[in-house]
Amino acid sequence: MNYTTLQLFIFFGVVSLGTILTRALPFLLFPENKGIPKYMKYLADILPFTIIGMLVVYCLKNISLLESPHAVPEFLGVALVAALHIWKKNTLLSIGGGALFYMLLVQYVFI
Amino acid sequence: MHNKKAAFLAAFTHTIPVMAGYLVLGAAYGILMDSKGFSILWSLLASVFIYAGSMQFVTIALLSASFDPLSAFLMTLAVNARHIFYGISMLHKYRGTGNLKPYLVFSLTDESFSILCSTKPPHDSEPKWFYFFISFLDQMYWITGTILGGILGSLITFNTKGLDFVLTALFVVILIDQWKSTKNHYPAIIGIASAILCRLLFGAGNFIIPSMVLILVLVTVLKTRMENLTLKNPPGEDLLSEDSPIAGGKHA
Repeated sequence: MNYTTLQLFIFFGVVSLGTILTRALPFLLFPENKGIPKYMKYLADILPFTIIGMLVVYCLKNISLLESPHAVPEFLGVALVAALHIWKKNTLLSIGGGALFYMLLVQYVFI
Repeated sequence: MHNKKAAFLAAFTHTIPVMAGYLVLGAAYGILMDSKGFSILWSLLASVFIYAGSMQFVTIALLSASFDPLSAFLMTLAVNARHIFYGISMLHKYRGTGNLKPYLVFSLTDESFSILCSTKPPHDSEPKWFYFFISFLDQMYWITGTILGGILGSLITFNTKGLDFVLTALFVVILIDQWKSTKNHYPAIIGIASAILCRLLFGAGNFIIPSMVLILVLVTVLKTRMENLTLKNPPGEDLLSEDSPIAGGKHA
């Protein structure tokens, strides 16, 4: 550890501040006493549908198709989650079953 | 008081997948910090006041370099830029949440946002308490994981490799629920395609901001077309029916 205690407090403070800023920015720009422009309302309705797809890709950002195991565990895991969810429509079953299957794959099959 | 209990129970059910993911990832963070020689007080401080999973992992790398608060700040803005989209999406839902609002805004993580944007408060409860309990429970899971990792890290004997896939699975499930809730699939396709394209072009470390820009450009260009395609639910309403989203099972 090469930081002094004061430097650590400053460091964590700065990271906390930066994080809060990214979360609070839209609320600071559009406080409750001001109306929300139509365009922002449009974005608010549309963005949740785009962000979740982006987050799925974000979770899988480190996979490599070229190197072994060619993202096979990830594809099989996602496929099982999707299949279970479309079939049984039970969120906990889809997530639990998919994660268990993925763990077995990365721990025993694609080591 | 009854309505707070209903809000709490509904929030708890919805956040069970997040609990699994946050306990594991929070523990991983606690273990890593411990292995770098940081007392549990520092990891706890980070999980309470930063509370941003991927950024907290980035701080571990930054802490092994020399002290540079400005680049730490800029790095934080870059890693967490995606949160701006969450704020935009929650602007109207969070209006009128009063003194809970600062905490609701502070605690808007990927996972909390994904639950908040895809569920509906129970009828007999105040929405703000439902939002609060989702956000608060999620942070409690994260903090509990951090503490467990910091204290028991070396004692955990079962192999947790791959357990963090629960969060990937959570987003996949929400994506499917959203897909079924609307006839307009452009937004979902734009989100996935933009992110994949930018991941290929810019690499794993730098693709989120380009993806956000591309998404903004595309949804802006396609605005008229999108508004003509009727979303199943009117704008401003919640996206999914009450019994479908996270708890599941009810309509099976």
